[in-house]
Amino acid sequence: MSALLKVVAPGFFTTVQDSGRRGYLHAGVPVSGALDRDGFMLANALVGNDLNAANLEMIGSGPEFEVMASSVRIALVGGNGTIEIASREEAIRCDRSVRLTKGEIFRARLSSDSFCSYLAVEGGFDIPLCLGSRSTYTRAPGFGGFSGRQLRAGDILEGPNEEAAARTEVMLNAPRKPRFDQPIRVVLGPQDDYFTKEAVQQFLSATYKITPASDRIGFRLEGPLLEHAGDYNLVSDGIVTGSIQVPGSKLPIILLSDAQTTGGYPKIATVISADLPIVGIRRAGREVRFQQVSRDEAEQIRRAEHAELMNMIEAIRPLDGLQGLNLEALYGQNLVDGVIDGADY
Amino acid sequence: MADFRILNAADSALIVEFGSKIDRKISERILALAAAVEKARLPGVTEVLPTFRSLSVNYDPLVTTGRELEHRITGFVSDSGKVSGSRRLWDVPACYDPEFAPDIEAVARAAELTPAEVVTLHSETQYHVYMVGFVAGFPYMGDLPAKLRLPRRADPRTRVPPGSVAIATSMAAVYPYESPGGWHLIGTTPIRLFDPDSERGALLRPGDGVKFRPVSKSEFAKIRKAVEQRNYTPASKEIAV
Repeated sequence: MSALLKVVAPGFFTTVQDSGRRGYLHAGVPVSGALDRDGFMLANALVGNDLNAANLEMIGSGPEFEVMASSVRIALVGGNGTIEIASREEAIRCDRSVRLTKGEIFRARLSSDSFCSYLAVEGGFDIPLCLGSRSTYTRAPGFGGFSGRQLRAGDILEGPNEEAAARTEVMLNAPRKPRFDQPIRVVLGPQDDYFTKEAVQQFLSATYKITPASDRIGFRLEGPLLEHAGDYNLVSDGIVTGSIQVPGSKLPIILLSDAQTTGGYPKIATVISADLPIVGIRRAGREVRFQQVSRDEAEQIRRAEHAELMNMIEAIRPLDGLQGLNLEALYGQNLVDGVIDGADY
Repeated sequence: MADFRILNAADSALIVEFGSKIDRKISERILALAAAVEKARLPGVTEVLPTFRSLSVNYDPLVTTGRELEHRITGFVSDSGKVSGSRRLWDVPACYDPEFAPDIEAVARAAELTPAEVVTLHSETQYHVYMVGFVAGFPYMGDLPAKLRLPRRADPRTRVPPGSVAIATSMAAVYPYESPGGWHLIGTTPIRLFDPDSERGALLRPGDGVKFRPVSKSEFAKIRKAVEQRNYTPASKEIAV
């Protein structure tokens, strides 16, 4: 075990996350885990890690680190973020791996587009399993991840690898398509019958906006009010990541990774699992529209989305010499494609 | 017509709903189904979550489908009552001294009882854990004796001390760690209901039983010390279902 990175500045909200904590819902333990499953996995893939290895989720502003090991290989995934290295003139863009050596100080400059970003280190971090997961749950009582809390200045992250062998760095073949204007697909229920017909129609046709009162627990939306058909208190039942509950305020809340496991407000709809990553990266101020699909469709869409993610990982290729202008052109091209075929399945 | 419904939480979970109120019979059906589903180890089922009204069956849509699970679960429901999970009755020490029970006198007044009668009624009841939620390790237990049933406090506390033994409506609970809360605090337990460093996580599971055992302030201190030294396991025994 070696010291890999020392936190010089922690950023706004940087936590260790993995694919989440399963098997403890019955104990009231939230799932936690990466908000953006795809970004989290792509960061791991770029440094050759197990796709579910713990890495760092960064929200708001990025952290600054000093390299403690003789060398490390890292990758940043999130919008069009960059890694700024104090000793180098050019910033390193996201979606690729880069090797840094002892004493180098770097900062993750996060994309203003994306609510969360991921930083992975080759070989992963040495973080003890807590209730079967390395994800951090920062709310009281605080457990998992790095001492059950977000990173602070002075923390030292350890890992198994004292050095990262020199090799050709790799990059995503094409950047992710952010699809910020794509409707979020939902399956109605489990409690859509607690709402008036008009409210359900309203929910499916209106445009909502993500408010700043949004975090890993949930995204609060503002927009048209949704009328309950009767009482809005119900005897509690289970919540999943993506449950959209409507409390007495009549405004929907999309519950996310750190949400409590049970709740007593009716849930008008549930975000399909394929679209959870694109909810996770939407930041406050962005618009959200919902589109209804069936459960069978949701499952088909998820399988397609997973296949697409696996293809992106398969297509990871050696970094070519096209840094700078050519690369920008390449990315530009793909972004244009993204707009055209963003919602075609 | 079936007396249960299978609702969807998109492609993440099926919600098998048996009712819409807090009811011991509903709870038993939910727990029986939970045990049956767990025993069957269906591919793709990631976990089950019993609540007051339903059983959530969470699944991985890359491994199975809602349609397949719906079919299997319907079979289990009509066949239920034959499988039972492991359930334990726990002895939970609690100190009801006013120092550890900020609301016991107000509760006694509202219920037209003496504080000693509140303790007797509360500690002589065997509770059933309907579900664990709100925060990690928080057990919703019932049913409270009719005389102790009060609405929640009009003025919720922003900080309820850890271990607080609480009541509201027909429910009893213990706050596992400091959190906000609106229930009446009638005692404190020295034991830990949630320990993220233990494999069990929460001491209590849905279906478990709980009986509170009144302890003196000095016994409370002794148990708390043992708990801090990780040298105390509350007594428990298997419940025959």
